[in-house]
Amino acid sequence: MLRYALRRLWQSFVTVFIVITLVFLLMRLLPVEGYFAESYDKLTPEQKEAILKSIGVLDPWYVQLRRFYSDLLHGDLGTSIVYRPKVPVREILAPKIPYSVAFGLSAIAISLVLGLGMGVWQARDKGRFWDKVWTGYIVFINAVPSAVYLLFIQLYVTQITKLPILFDRDRPISWILPIISMSLGGIAGYAMWMRRFMVDELNKDYIRLARAKGMSSTAIMIKHVLRNAFVPMAQYLPTSVLLTISGSIYIESLYSIPGMGGLLVDAIQRQDNPLVQTLVLIYSTLGILGLFLGDILMAIFDPRIKLERRGGSR
Amino acid sequence: MSNEREILEPVEQQDLFTFAKFDEQAAERIGYSDYSYWGSTVRVFMKNKVAVSLLVVMIGLLAFTFIQPFLPNQKDPTKIYTDPVTGIQLRNHPPSKEFWFGTNSIGQDLWSRVWSGTRTSLLIGILVGIWEVCFGITVGALWGYVRQLDALITELYNIINNVPTTIVLMLLTYIMRPSFQTMVLAMCATGWLGMARFVRNQIIIIRDREYNLASRCLGTPTYRIITKNLLPYLVSVIVLRMALAIPSTIGWEVFLTYIGLGLPLDTPSLGNLVNEGRQAMMSPSLRYQLIFPSAVLSLITISFYVIGNAFSDASDPRNHF
Repeated sequence: MLRYALRRLWQSFVTVFIVITLVFLLMRLLPVEGYFAESYDKLTPEQKEAILKSIGVLDPWYVQLRRFYSDLLHGDLGTSIVYRPKVPVREILAPKIPYSVAFGLSAIAISLVLGLGMGVWQARDKGRFWDKVWTGYIVFINAVPSAVYLLFIQLYVTQITKLPILFDRDRPISWILPIISMSLGGIAGYAMWMRRFMVDELNKDYIRLARAKGMSSTAIMIKHVLRNAFVPMAQYLPTSVLLTISGSIYIESLYSIPGMGGLLVDAIQRQDNPLVQTLVLIYSTLGILGLFLGDILMAIFDPRIKLERRGGSR
Repeated sequence: MSNEREILEPVEQQDLFTFAKFDEQAAERIGYSDYSYWGSTVRVFMKNKVAVSLLVVMIGLLAFTFIQPFLPNQKDPTKIYTDPVTGIQLRNHPPSKEFWFGTNSIGQDLWSRVWSGTRTSLLIGILVGIWEVCFGITVGALWGYVRQLDALITELYNIINNVPTTIVLMLLTYIMRPSFQTMVLAMCATGWLGMARFVRNQIIIIRDREYNLASRCLGTPTYRIITKNLLPYLVSVIVLRMALAIPSTIGWEVFLTYIGLGLPLDTPSLGNLVNEGRQAMMSPSLRYQLIFPSAVLSLITISFYVIGNAFSDASDPRNHF
C-alpha cells in the first residue's frame, strides 16, 4: 500500500512538473500586449523594448524557464501587471484562497451527502415515482449547460426566496445560494453512479440468497448493497473534485465571491499574463492532487484493486 | 464388423440406428439466425417513447434551423434595424408581429439571430463530434492493440487528464485568441480523451474473450471479427459520444463566452446570445433576450442528451433480447 502511494505520489509530482513547464512555455507564445500596464499604443517602440527587457521576456526561453523555476522554489509567483500593477501575485492571492477553499470543500461535502442519499433513495424506489423525478433532475443537470441554469437560479431563486443576489462577506445568508449552485452538478453525478452501482449489486445472486434466507430488506440494503456499492463510488470522487473546481470558476465570478475563480475570470478579461499563468498552475495542481487523493482512497476502500500494474491494465 | 453386429444383436434393434446423410442445406439451417443488428437496434429504440418523440421534435427543429434563412420574410441576423419614420435604432424592441423574439440592445432581430446562432453552435458541435470519434477511435485502437505504445499513451493520457478540462480550454483559447477556429481546435484538443480511453478499455476487454478466440481458431478473417464481434460493442459509445458532443460543446461555448473568450460578437452563436441576454437580465422587461435563446438551447441539449443515451442503450447488443 505504502509503496503504491509513494509511486503514485511520484507520478503526480512528475505530472505537475511537466504541466508547469508546458503551461509556462505556452504562455511564452502569447502576444506581448499582456505585459503592459499602460495602454499599448501610446508607448514608443523604445519604451516597449525597455519594459519587455526589464520583465525579462526577451531572454531565450530556457533562461526564462530556469529563472521561473528558481523563483517558484523561493515562493515568488511573479508580479501582476494589469490587474493590480506591480503587486506580487502572492499578495493578491493570499486573501482569496480561504474563500475558494471554504466554498469548494462545503460544496463537495454537500454533494457527497445529498448525492449518495439520493442514489440510495432511487435504487430503493427503482422504477417508481421518486426514481423518475430524480432521474429527470439528473438528465436536466447533465444536459443543460451549467452556465445557463445557474444564471436562471441566480435570477429567479433570489427573487422568490429574497436571498441576496451577490455574495456579501458579512451576511452568512448570502453563502447559501453559491454553495448550493456549486453542489448541484456533484449531487447529480453521485446520485447517478450510486443508483447504477446499487442496482447492479441488487441483481446479483447473493442478494437473492440473502432474501431467501429471510433477511429483511433494510438489512440487505445496509449490510450488503450499500457497502459493496461504495467501493466503485470512490472512483467518482476525483471527477467530482475536478467538476467542483470547474464550477467554482463560473460561480465565484457570477456571485462576485472574492475567490480565485473570480480572479481568474478577471485576469483573463484584462489579459494579465503572470496572474493567468499562476492561477492556471494552481488549478492544474489542484486537479492533479484531486486525482491522486481519489486513487489513494480507492486503493484503501477496495483491496481487490491490483496495485502493481494500475496504469497498464485497467 | 457389420457381420459381427448382425450376429450379436437382434434384428429389430438394427433398424433403430442409421447413419445420417450429410445434407449441406440442413447444416446451414442451424447456423442461420434472423437476428439483424440494426433492425434490433431500431426496434429497441422505438420502445422508448420519450426519446422517439424528442427525436421527431429534433428532426423538425434541425430542418427548420437550416431552412430558415431561405424562408420568405426572414431578417438578417447581423443587420441593425432602425425605425422607418424616425431613423432611430430599434433597441430592445419587445417581441411583436414584426420581430417575433424582439430585438437586442443594438436593434438586431433576435428571431433570426437565435437560428443563426443555433447553426453556428451545431456546426461547432458536429465538427468536434466527428473529430472526437475519428481521432478518439484511432488513438484508442492503437492504444489497445499496439502493446509498445501502451505505456507512452497512458502517460500522455494521465498528464492531460489530470488537468481540469475547463483550465485546458481557457488556456488554449486565451493563447490562440478567440475565434471560430480557436474554439473548435481547443475543444478538439480535449474532447477525444474520453473516447480514446473507452475504446482502448473495450478493445482490451473484448480482444481476448473466449468467443473471439474461438472465432480466430475457426479461421474467421480479421475484418469479420472486427465488424461482427468488436464493432457492435463500440457502436453504442460512438453514437453516444457524437450525440453528447453537441450539448457539451454548447456548454463550453457558453462558459467561454462568459469569461470573454467566446466567438467574436459579429458571429451570432448560442453562447453569444445567452451572454447578451445575461447583460440585460436585470430588468424584467428585457428578460426575453435571455429566455428565448436559453429555451432553444435547453431544448437542443436535452434532446440530444436523451436521444443519445436512448440510442446508445438500444445499440448495445446485450439489450436486444
